Amino acid sequence: MRLIKEKTSINFLGATRRKVALVISVLFVVASLASLATRGLELGIDFTGGILLEVGYPQAADLEAIRTSMVDAGYNNAQVQLFGEDEVVLVRLPPMDGNIETIRTQLQQILQAGDPNTSLRRVEFVSPQVGSELAEQGALAMIFALMMIFLYVMFRFQWKFSAGAVAALTHDAIVTVGFFSIFGLPFDLTVVAAVLAVIGYSLNDTVVAFDRIRENFFALRGKSAEESMNISINEMLARTLITGITTLLVLVALLVLGGESIAPFSIALIVGIVVGTYSSIYTASATALALDVNAQDLIEPIKDTSLIDDLP
Amino acid sequence: MNKYPAWLNILVLAIMLAGCLLALPNIYGSVPAIQIADNNGVAYDEARLQEYVGVAESVGMSPEAAYLKDGRVVLRFEKDAELTAVNDALKKRYSREASVAQTLAPRSPKWVRDLGLNPMSLGLDLRGGVYVLLEVDMDTAIDTRMTLYQQGIDDNLLDARIRHLVELEDRIVNVRLTSPEDRDAARLIIERSDADLLVSDGGDGKSLLVRMSEAQIKARQDFAIDQNITTLRNRVNQLGVAEPIVQRQGVDRIVVQLPGVQDPNEINKILTATATLEFRLVDQSGTEPGSRRYQGRPGVGDAVLKRKVIVSGDQIIDASAGFDQGQPIVSITLDSSGGESMLKTTIEHVGKPMSAVFIETRRETVQRGAEREYRTIKSEEIINTATIQGIFKNKFQISGLNPGEAHDLALLLRAGALAAPVFKIDERTIGPTLGKDNIERGYKAIQIGFFAVILFMIVYYKAFGLIANVALFTNLIFIAAMLSLLQASLTLPGIAGIVLTVGMAVDANVLIFERIREELSAGAAPQAAINSGYEKALSSIADANITTLIAAIVLFGLGTGPIKGFAITLMLGIITSMFTAIIGTRAIVNLIFGGRKLTSLPV
Repeated sequence: MRLIKEKTSINFLGATRRKVALVISVLFVVASLASLATRGLELGIDFTGGILLEVGYPQAADLEAIRTSMVDAGYNNAQVQLFGEDEVVLVRLPPMDGNIETIRTQLQQILQAGDPNTSLRRVEFVSPQVGSELAEQGALAMIFALMMIFLYVMFRFQWKFSAGAVAALTHDAIVTVGFFSIFGLPFDLTVVAAVLAVIGYSLNDTVVAFDRIRENFFALRGKSAEESMNISINEMLARTLITGITTLLVLVALLVLGGESIAPFSIALIVGIVVGTYSSIYTASATALALDVNAQDLIEPIKDTSLIDDLP
Repeated sequence: MNKYPAWLNILVLAIMLAGCLLALPNIYGSVPAIQIADNNGVAYDEARLQEYVGVAESVGMSPEAAYLKDGRVVLRFEKDAELTAVNDALKKRYSREASVAQTLAPRSPKWVRDLGLNPMSLGLDLRGGVYVLLEVDMDTAIDTRMTLYQQGIDDNLLDARIRHLVELEDRIVNVRLTSPEDRDAARLIIERSDADLLVSDGGDGKSLLVRMSEAQIKARQDFAIDQNITTLRNRVNQLGVAEPIVQRQGVDRIVVQLPGVQDPNEINKILTATATLEFRLVDQSGTEPGSRRYQGRPGVGDAVLKRKVIVSGDQIIDASAGFDQGQPIVSITLDSSGGESMLKTTIEHVGKPMSAVFIETRRETVQRGAEREYRTIKSEEIINTATIQGIFKNKFQISGLNPGEAHDLALLLRAGALAAPVFKIDERTIGPTLGKDNIERGYKAIQIGFFAVILFMIVYYKAFGLIANVALFTNLIFIAAMLSLLQASLTLPGIAGIVLTVGMAVDANVLIFERIREELSAGAAPQAAINSGYEKALSSIADANITTLIAAIVLFGLGTGPIKGFAITLMLGIITSMFTAIIGTRAIVNLIFGGRKLTSLPV
């Protein structure tokens, strides 16, 4: 079976297409950055600190009643919402002073009021100090990963490819995080992990394409860099799509079956893989082309050993 | 063409068998069990095992299996009800010398246990439990140490009959003397007492400034953390929690993970408690230098106590709570130096009053404008003042506490004191229902995702797809095997990592098979196509996997908690999939197609 024709010759990197792709990419990035700047992210308790309780009720939960009883007890700023199912309620409170034990006991009593069959599924107390540290660590991890990848690709290929790869990855990371900002999805630590996995995946795609480009730069001498790259991308198209499909298959399974707490993670990866597939075709190669990459760049310079010979 | 040498086939087979063997303990599941560990860390032998089995049988419940594991006794039972009865019986009898805890034990048969094979250990989010992140108050650790130096200097100068005045401010001991000669003498004495201390002239020719060196401060901090970890471990063991984790994290943090614990309130009180005791003589004249007024508990009078501590909490080696004439008491046993000191004091001061001081440290938040600050508050209360009736040494008892306090204090004194106060900055409790839900959902996602992928691969690549699927399944076994071998905790994000690996691991095969198709359509013969398909795809596969591995390693190195769990399975998955997808599938392809005359390939 084949998904696409045996030999495709789609002109991915034609001058007009490249411009259109550039406009689309810039639009996505700008929209993401604008949303991040104005709306920000729906940061989870991991980053903000605070208190979170997940309560399971034997029947569909009455959110209004829970809200009222929280307000009555003096917790005016409690967010009460359903979590995946009608019987599961998530209550979130900002960080507060006071003894954790007392607060916990009180919240437990309010939420379980009158019904011994309710179960406290999860309770988290995170101090704001830990939250800001985790946010810092996440950002640091992302920057560090991008740097390491830049170096690896430079070592294996050449800096113009590195620039292309890192441009594509940065694009993917920004658009994925932007998606969470635009749609107001909960952003927690697992999403940071997912974004880094997206970076890994998208890079995977990009490097495989680069590998073929390098091969074709030598095999198809006489053709322009643009033509060689276009042919390479066409040759890898089936592989790019199939790997994308198998990965999306498992991620959809994870999104549907994995439960509410892992859902943001799955969404981030699904978005990231779609964007990453697009970017490894357009952003990565187009950036390298814009930097005037050519076969000469990949030829190893002959080492001048005469200097060493002169040494005593 | 396309034949692996026999040794390579055997090697592949051997690795596969080893993987299956390592993963094997996971298929048996777990049952409730009791774990008994010696409080002093002594490894149990067969005789003790039989003794505990005897106790279980004496309450009419014989364990389904009983064995030693890492010097601990594990008793496995069919039903929870049996377990509870035996647990209570054991606790009652051995609470002083052993930690008796309910846990889950793998149901693996004896021969698997004898090989030392264990199933994967599950993270808290999959089995329920309490996670606590504690911050060690390093400032207090240093301040306490400085106070001791101050007292030491004071004592030494008193002994040397040098007139002096010592003050402690901003971690600098200011020693004021009456003449430059005295100053030089004092300097000698101080430097002789601890050569690492930094001593400098105060500027007026008659004073000295003493402070701790950077190395001393660093050493003190490391000591405080290490000592706290030991103490926390003891306390957790006293509480009877099986398989607890107590680890240092970063410079001044300690992570405590307690699987299976459901009520964090009880645990917390014990974990962060700093309660300890001090014994001091009452200064009846009220005028001795260094004496200070202490508050008494309600019903206990205030008193002026002497500066010298007769015995402090860290000299107590055993303590137990009980009742004497209806009053809650704590029976105390001192170590030899504490015993000597108590003996000397009681000989010299028979008929004079001595007080037991109960000391606790807590942290308070202070709102200062927009800034929030923490302040450490130390409370010292006299719980009991009694006349020394006779001479005693290392065993005595004190009263003046309520039953709950007596129980907790005895536990804390047994477990040892914290070298510096700790404060909770992060606490997560996961209920057992959520843990079970998470596991079920995670496994379901792996199953369905896996079936979707293998179906796709068979439809798309026919026989070669089937071979890739064998590799994919083997890869899952290998991940389970590696997790079991490394005993790294499997968490929900870890399961997500496995799911992602299932999707991505076929990539290597897709690259190879697409290359074979390309070679075939370029006119290559089937055998040659297989060979060059594998060979030419190799560099792409290596590059692609190494770059993903870089991202995973960064995640592992810089991430905490959920991120680390994800990174571990992702890393393992990448490494094992390289083996199964390249060498594993090639071995099968070679076995089936190698050396045969082929006109076409089912790819």
